[in-house]
Amino acid sequence: MTMIFGVPLVVLTGQVMIGLINGSFYALLSLGLAVIFGLLRVVNFAHGAFYMLGAFVAWMLGQYLGLGYWGSLLIAPIIVGLAGALVERTMLRRLYDLDHLYGLLFTFGLALLLEGVFQHLYGVSGKPFSAPVEMRGVVRTDFVTVPVYRGWVVVASLLICFGTWALIEKTKIGSYLRAATEDSILVQAFGVNVPLLLTLTYAFGCGLAGIAGVLAAPIFQVSPTMGSNMIIIIFAVVVVGGMGSILGAIATGYLLGLVEGLTKVFYPEAANIAIFVIMAIVLLLRPAGLFGKEN
Amino acid sequence: MIEAEEFETVVDTTRPHRLQQLVMLALIALLMLLPLWVYPVLLMKLMCFALFASAFNLLLGYGGLLSFGHAAFFGGSAYVTAHALKVWEVNPEFAIFAGVAAALVLGLIMGLLAVRRQGIYFAMITLALAQMFYFFCLQAPFTHGEDGIQGFSRGRLFGLIDLADSNVLYYVIAVVFVASIFAIRRIVYSPYGMVLQAIRENEQRAVSLGYSVQRYKLGAFVMSAGFAGLAGGLKAILFQFATLTDVNWHMSGEVILMTLLGGIGSIAGPIVGAGLVVTLQNYFATTGFPVTTALGATFIVCVLLFRRGIVGELRHRFAARSKQ
Repeated sequence: MTMIFGVPLVVLTGQVMIGLINGSFYALLSLGLAVIFGLLRVVNFAHGAFYMLGAFVAWMLGQYLGLGYWGSLLIAPIIVGLAGALVERTMLRRLYDLDHLYGLLFTFGLALLLEGVFQHLYGVSGKPFSAPVEMRGVVRTDFVTVPVYRGWVVVASLLICFGTWALIEKTKIGSYLRAATEDSILVQAFGVNVPLLLTLTYAFGCGLAGIAGVLAAPIFQVSPTMGSNMIIIIFAVVVVGGMGSILGAIATGYLLGLVEGLTKVFYPEAANIAIFVIMAIVLLLRPAGLFGKEN
Repeated sequence: MIEAEEFETVVDTTRPHRLQQLVMLALIALLMLLPLWVYPVLLMKLMCFALFASAFNLLLGYGGLLSFGHAAFFGGSAYVTAHALKVWEVNPEFAIFAGVAAALVLGLIMGLLAVRRQGIYFAMITLALAQMFYFFCLQAPFTHGEDGIQGFSRGRLFGLIDLADSNVLYYVIAVVFVASIFAIRRIVYSPYGMVLQAIRENEQRAVSLGYSVQRYKLGAFVMSAGFAGLAGGLKAILFQFATLTDVNWHMSGEVILMTLLGGIGSIAGPIVGAGLVVTLQNYFATTGFPVTTALGATFIVCVLLFRRGIVGELRHRFAARSKQ
C-alpha cells in the first residue's frame, strides 16, 4: 500500500475528497454571502437557514409531490429565491438606511424563526434523502474511491461558482450589479431600477444557498439545525477570505474545506476547530483577510 | 454604497439628580422585599440574566461593538465555577472568582483578535471564536460533554453562610447584582466611558484626537466579559449545574435580544429586557409553542419597528412631551 507521511494514500485522498465536498458547500455559501453583502451591505445571517430551507423544500417536493431529485434541484432553489425576494421586499429593505448591524440582527432573527418553525414541524432528527438512482455507484481506482454522487457535487458546485462569477463579471446585468455596488445612486440616475436589482440580488444569493441545500441533502441528512451549524463556519470562511472579492470567496471556501479534511487525517481532535484556528491566525497576520482590503 | 445612518442608541448624558437617586433607592428597597411575594429562584434567575445583559450592553450600548460570542464568557465562567465547587471544593466566593478570572482571560484572548476588525466583521469573529470555545467545551474532559457538571452543593460563603437556603442566596445575589450595576454605571460615566462613547460616535475623530482606539475597545471587551462571567458564575451556583446550553450560540443571541428589547445604551434597558425575555421563555415553555420561533419573531419585530427598545421608547416619548 502506498504511504505518504505515514498515512495510507487511500485515506489521504479520501479525506481530500471529503475536504473538497465540504469546500464546495463553503464556496457556494460564502459566494452567495459575498454577492449579497457586496450590493446590499447586509450580512445575511439567514443564509444558513435558506440552505436548510433548500434541503427541506427538496425533501417536501419529493415527499408530497413525488418529484425526483433533478426536478427538485431545479425547483427548490427557485422557491427559496422567491422566499428571499419576499423577505427583501416586505422587511429587509426597510433597514438599508440604518447601521449595517441591524441587517445582521434582523437576519439573525429570521434564522431563529425558520429553524424554530422547522424544528416544531419536523423535529430535531434528520430526514433521510436519497441520491438519484443513476448516481448511487462508486468509482474505484488504485489511489482513490469516490461515490459518484459526491463527485457530482464537486463538479456541480464548481460549475455554479464559475457560472456566477461569469454572470457578474461578463454580462450586462452583472455590470449593472457591479456599478450599483460602487455607487447605487448614480446607477439609479442612469435609469436602472436599483430597488429591483437589490431584490433580485438577495433572491439570487438565497437561491444559491438553496441549491447548496439540495446538493447537500443526500450527503448530510435534512435537518432543521443543518443551517446554523453551517453559517458559523461560513462566517469564519468569510472573515478569512474577505467579502470584497467573488473569486476570493470561492477560493477560500475550497481551501478551508481541504485544510479541514486534511486536519482530520493528521489531528482528528482539532478537525472541528481547524477553520476557526486558521481564522485567528489570519487575523493576527493579515487582519483584512487574504483577499480583502481594509474598508 | 448606501449611506448608513448612525447606530440608533439612547445615551443619558445627565448625571443622576435627586429624583433619580430616590427612585433608585426605592427600587433597591423593592428588590429586598420582592421575595415575600415572588418565588426567589425566579428572581435570582432574572438577576443573573439582567447582569449578563447589562454586561453585554456595556460593550454594545457604550462601545458600539456587537459581540455574537458572549455566551463563551457566561458559560465558560459557569463551567469553571462549577468545577471549582465540585472538584476543588473551595468556598463559593473563590469559585466565582475563578470563574470571573477565566472569563477575563478568555475575553482578553478573544478581544485581542476581534478588535482588529470593525462592525460586522467584529460580530462574525466573536461568533466564530465563541463557537470554537463551544467545541472545546464539547470535547474537554472536565466539562463532562453532554451531561455537564452537576451534583455539587452551593457551599458556604466565606465558610460561614450556608447558601443551600434559597432565601439566603437571594440576598447574596441581590447585593452582587446591585453592586455590579452601580459599577457598570460608574464605568459608563467615568472619563474612560466618555472616551468609549466618543469612539462609538466617531472613531476616526477619536483616533485623530490621539486616543488609542483599539486599547479602549479591548478594555471594554474585557470588562464586559468579566461581568458576563460574574453572571454565569452566579447562575452556576444558583442552579447547581453548568451545561453546554450556556456556551451555545443561542445564548449569545438571547442576550442580544434582551438588550435590544429593553433598549440599547441605557442602564435600565437590559434589566427590563432580560426580565421580559426570561418571563416569555418561562411562559412559552409551558405552552409547547417553540421558544426559538418566539425569540426569532420578537427579534424581527424589534429590529423592524422597535429599535429604541422599551426604555428607549419611554424616554423618547417623555423627552418629546417635555419639549412641548
